[in-house]
Amino acid sequence: MSLNRLLVGSTKYAVLIAFAAFYLVPFYVMILTGLKPLEDISSFEIWNMPKSLDFGSFREAWNQMDSNFWNSVRITIPGAIVSTFLGSLNGYVFAKWGFRGSNVILFLFVFGMFLPGQGILIPLVWVLQFMGLYGKVNGLIMAYCIFGIPITSLLFYRYYASVPDELVDASKIDGCGFFGIYRRIILPLSGPTFAVVGVWQCTRIWNEYLMALVVLGNPARAPVTVAIKNFSSMGVIPWNLQMAAALIASVPTIAVYLLLGKLFMRGLLEGSLSG
Amino acid sequence: MHSELSARAKSLPALLPKWLRDDRRIAILVLAPSIIAVAVFIYIFMGWTLYISVSNWDRPALDLSFAGLKNWQRLVNDPRFHIDLRNLVLFAVGYMSQCIVIGFLLAALLNDRIRGEVFFRTVFLMPFAVSAVVSGTAWRWLQVPSAGINLLIANLGFENFRPLWYMHPKLGMLAITIMGAWQFSGFVMALYLAGLRAIPDELREAAVIDGAGTVALYRHVFIPMLRPVTFTAIVLTGAGSIGNFEIPSIIGTGPGFATDTLGFYMFEQTFRSSRYGLGAAVATFMLFLSIPVVLPYLISVLREEKE
Repeated sequence: MSLNRLLVGSTKYAVLIAFAAFYLVPFYVMILTGLKPLEDISSFEIWNMPKSLDFGSFREAWNQMDSNFWNSVRITIPGAIVSTFLGSLNGYVFAKWGFRGSNVILFLFVFGMFLPGQGILIPLVWVLQFMGLYGKVNGLIMAYCIFGIPITSLLFYRYYASVPDELVDASKIDGCGFFGIYRRIILPLSGPTFAVVGVWQCTRIWNEYLMALVVLGNPARAPVTVAIKNFSSMGVIPWNLQMAAALIASVPTIAVYLLLGKLFMRGLLEGSLSG
Repeated sequence: MHSELSARAKSLPALLPKWLRDDRRIAILVLAPSIIAVAVFIYIFMGWTLYISVSNWDRPALDLSFAGLKNWQRLVNDPRFHIDLRNLVLFAVGYMSQCIVIGFLLAALLNDRIRGEVFFRTVFLMPFAVSAVVSGTAWRWLQVPSAGINLLIANLGFENFRPLWYMHPKLGMLAITIMGAWQFSGFVMALYLAGLRAIPDELREAAVIDGAGTVALYRHVFIPMLRPVTFTAIVLTGAGSIGNFEIPSIIGTGPGFATDTLGFYMFEQTFRSSRYGLGAAVATFMLFLSIPVVLPYLISVLREEKE
């Protein structure tokens, strides 16, 4: 019996460790390759340890993409803040001031979120050109704010729906109006949800690629995801630079994930509608 | 009471029209900009895309004259479109099954609150924190047919097993599914784990008292109870399969478009070749494909939530 148990237990761990290796190998190889100078890069030596610690590739990649990195910061922060705040107001309306048809509107918000982005790209470019925002950082920020509305509204709605209606009714009797209730009752309860939604939006916007490529294809103005693509489409592929660039681009979201994993998980479960 | 009412009325600007003093109207007004933005940027844009697909716009200069089904005919007769449809099936089958099987397996293994759970969970979900572009970049290097993973396979003694991975002229798409599943199977694991943890302990105990072993427990209790999670996983991975764009954009379309996707085809036709009408037809086709995947799911979820 106990031998049997030991066998089952070790098989379990063997499978878990094998999968952990599967998930980690790409990160491992990115670090390994990024630490090698170009002359040591050969696909036959992909698994060899670097001969010495050489951060030259990281320096070189950073020099080529630092402006893209800061572009991503400039896009992500306002995009996340605005869409999160809008989501909070919308979620409050949907949860506590529902009107005839508000359910249908929420449904249409969420439905649009699940459809492929290709369906809106051509008119988006056209409208941004018309507004003079095409190829500009502000144009992409605006797009992220708008396309963030469905998910942020949904996440806040699901949280506010769990706030007891009695609280809202009580403050109505006390003479609070729409904004009074929001400020005194809803906002003080929203801290954790703001964190969840903010983390989720930051990650999504930072990692977004399709819209960034279409709206900000210009290498100087592009965010990091597009910069990685530009590294990979150079004539002779400088693997060390590509891996270093991909890692640099991933540092902020991995750091957020490792430090704020719980918030990240909640966003994931709620956003997929199964939390 | 009376004096309080008049005090409130005074605090509102007298110029404000009467209908705006109602909180319900303020609520609608607050929501209005978002409704307009979503209506225009999602729904009107989609309708617009549909219209462009029947227009003559196939050069850089805007031309919205009606063309009938010309672009759609061109699409249906384009061999690349046929390859992309085949690729979609290959990708969906490989990607969805990997995500769901691996996600479920890992969740089941972690469910018993084993030692090291936090470490494993963190590792399994880490690829989801990075961009799909990063996944494509790293795996492209790992799947170089002459070296990469194939070196490891050779070192294990399988010298003659040298898959071409994404360079395979027919099945390259299956190599791409690994890159997708690397990112998303951890997400599915998290969904299943949350679902498993939500099953009440009494249920499990009752089944064990009835003599159910682990296999029977899963077959007759857990898997049926996790049906909503499986539904979610199918819809998310299905929608993801249709929109697949990032990886071919990094890796390229492969020999004979073996790793091309509808999303990338749409992008190239539209923004590289200025065939807006044809690109819009592909985009509309993708929308039509997505609707039957997503709609039943949302309806069932929202109906349950109301109850």
